[in-house]
Amino acid sequence: MSRKAYITLGDRITAATDLVSQSSWWGQIQTWVEVLLTRLGLRGQGLVVAIPYLWLLLFFLIPFAFVLKISLAEAVIARPPYTALIEWTEDAFIDIKLNIANYLFLLQDDLYWKAYLNSVKVALISTAVCLFIGYPMAYSMARANPAWRNVLLMLVILPFWTSFLLRVYAWIGILKNNGVINNILLAFGIIDEPIVMMQTNFAVYVGIVYSYLPFMILPLYANLERLDNTLLEAAADLGCRPIKAFFSITLPLSIPGIIAGSLLVFIPAVGEFVIPALLGGPDTLMIGRVLWDEFFANRDWPVASAVAIAILLLLIIPIMVFQRFQAKEAEAGTA
Amino acid sequence: MQKSLKTTLVAAAVGALLATSVSAEEEKVLNVYNWSDYIAEDTIANFEKETGIKVNYDVFDSNEVLEAKLLAGGSGYDIVVPSGSFMERQIQAGIFRKLDKDKLKNYGNLDKTILEGVSLHDPGNEHAIPYMWGTTGFGYNVKKVEEIMPGAPVDSWDLMFNPDVVAKFKDCGVTFLDAPTEALSNVLGYLGRDPNSNEKEDLAAFEEHMLKIRPYIKYFHSSQNINDLANGEICVAMGWSGDMLIARDRADEAEQGVEIAYTIPKEGAVIWFDMMAIPSDAPHPENAHKFLDYIMEPQVVADISNYVFYANANTAATEYVEGEVKEDPGIYPSDEVKAKLFPDLAEDPKFTRQLTRSWTRIKTGQ
Repeated sequence: MSRKAYITLGDRITAATDLVSQSSWWGQIQTWVEVLLTRLGLRGQGLVVAIPYLWLLLFFLIPFAFVLKISLAEAVIARPPYTALIEWTEDAFIDIKLNIANYLFLLQDDLYWKAYLNSVKVALISTAVCLFIGYPMAYSMARANPAWRNVLLMLVILPFWTSFLLRVYAWIGILKNNGVINNILLAFGIIDEPIVMMQTNFAVYVGIVYSYLPFMILPLYANLERLDNTLLEAAADLGCRPIKAFFSITLPLSIPGIIAGSLLVFIPAVGEFVIPALLGGPDTLMIGRVLWDEFFANRDWPVASAVAIAILLLLIIPIMVFQRFQAKEAEAGTA
Repeated sequence: MQKSLKTTLVAAAVGALLATSVSAEEEKVLNVYNWSDYIAEDTIANFEKETGIKVNYDVFDSNEVLEAKLLAGGSGYDIVVPSGSFMERQIQAGIFRKLDKDKLKNYGNLDKTILEGVSLHDPGNEHAIPYMWGTTGFGYNVKKVEEIMPGAPVDSWDLMFNPDVVAKFKDCGVTFLDAPTEALSNVLGYLGRDPNSNEKEDLAAFEEHMLKIRPYIKYFHSSQNINDLANGEICVAMGWSGDMLIARDRADEAEQGVEIAYTIPKEGAVIWFDMMAIPSDAPHPENAHKFLDYIMEPQVVADISNYVFYANANTAATEYVEGEVKEDPGIYPSDEVKAKLFPDLAEDPKFTRQLTRSWTRIKTGQ
């Protein structure tokens, strides 16, 4: 009996799938998805915007939630090495334990604050140097003959084809006592003793500026390339000298590019770990290194997570304030 | 109806039998996670040939990285090689499975004294076997040290820890391992204090002494010293025995006139053990036991020692270890020197935090 029923059911399924495929089931799914998206208020433009939000949710918010969760736990010798946030007790209660001691701990010791300030200092100086070097480069690229522009652009991107780690290691070979620079200077008799460059803050700046320079050049170039040339021509016609035209037209118009480039350099530079670890000296105190120590040396994942969250908040707040300020400026400009 | 029930039962029983026999016979795979450059070139290939087990061999270069993977869980490794003090804490966290010593027929080859030393980390030697061991002393550039300070105390920690002596080598380059626990033990031993103290007072004495010699230390790093010593970039480096001997060999190969020697200081130094253990969530524990047993075969482990220049913990293997390795006091120290070595035991978490903080102060002045 059962066997007979089985066949019938199977037949029915086959028939059903046939029906769906005949009646263009694909179209049907499309309609469903459309209905669903409309209900969620996502149509046309909204759908396009949803993709970056989904990306943000998957690769930023969810990991952030994990780190936040660990930062509110307590360190224990176990696997995983922190306590659970939510526990089911025997009488079916949910027991939620939030431990904010890790954040308070960060305030007790000025190490974290000093390391953070020092990181911000290093990042600010690096950003300024990147801007100083990057602006003329982006400017000359944007002014170059269009046939050359792509080649120049290619040359800026080219270093990315080599591993970041290898490029930082290469700087060790260049900067060390019997490295390229010292050997050349010694050979020409310019110096008698090698100049100590490795394991100094100087080497950290060189490494950061070198690594992040393309992130400054690319947005600046994109901005400067779109600059309306007729404005400069008009200025020239009215008797404005090129230098003045640059400062009163080009520079103000390129401010969005400067801001984009500076943020792209500044934000990753604050949390930089690899460059100070490889090129810096033992006294280069940066927040990335402090975080490493918390995680690996102290095995205190909760405090390490609290440090990570604190860095994030300290970085996000100024950026948000800045953006709001910019939006207001833009409004004022249009009004 | 009755018949069909019977058939079903039989079928179920056969199925269950098949299932158990399948799970008892592990797939022929083994995932090994070992230190880089820490095995002979043909060990894995020979093991695969002998057992038919396919080995996925992966390497790490710091205990911290290994520990982070183990603590996160689900690493998928069957064999891991933590150092003793790290393993001690990992055992407390329940990371490892107990060894089934009935499956380890070569266990009797292991050195009884070393097993006793290791039991400080792993009471009763229940979770791991000692793989290789070494010391934390210092390597130095023989010619430069002699040139700067004729008759320098190259057999003593004075060379690194005596502020008046180490000051002379500042420009030539003095480096420390970025390993606070080992630095602590060695300095406390030098100061005549308990190397494994967890007392605040001893930590303060350590920090005070380190700050005296801090101005003369170029950097704190745990692997850069090999190349820098071999190239003549630095003069004196606190380092692990095998690393310093690798530096010696690289200097010889480079033929730039750099000569490196390794010292186990007369005041005593840290002795450490790298242990092979099986994580509790290892997917192939049977194969892991076979691998451990294979490593304990005298010829196999002797070949590894001959290649990596570290002493093994296998009494039966000593006769197969080449003279060059066996007679090197930096690798196989005399009993007299051995008696002065002290293990680096795990500290309690509170002390670890204080030590890390103190180490940051020493390194950065903050």
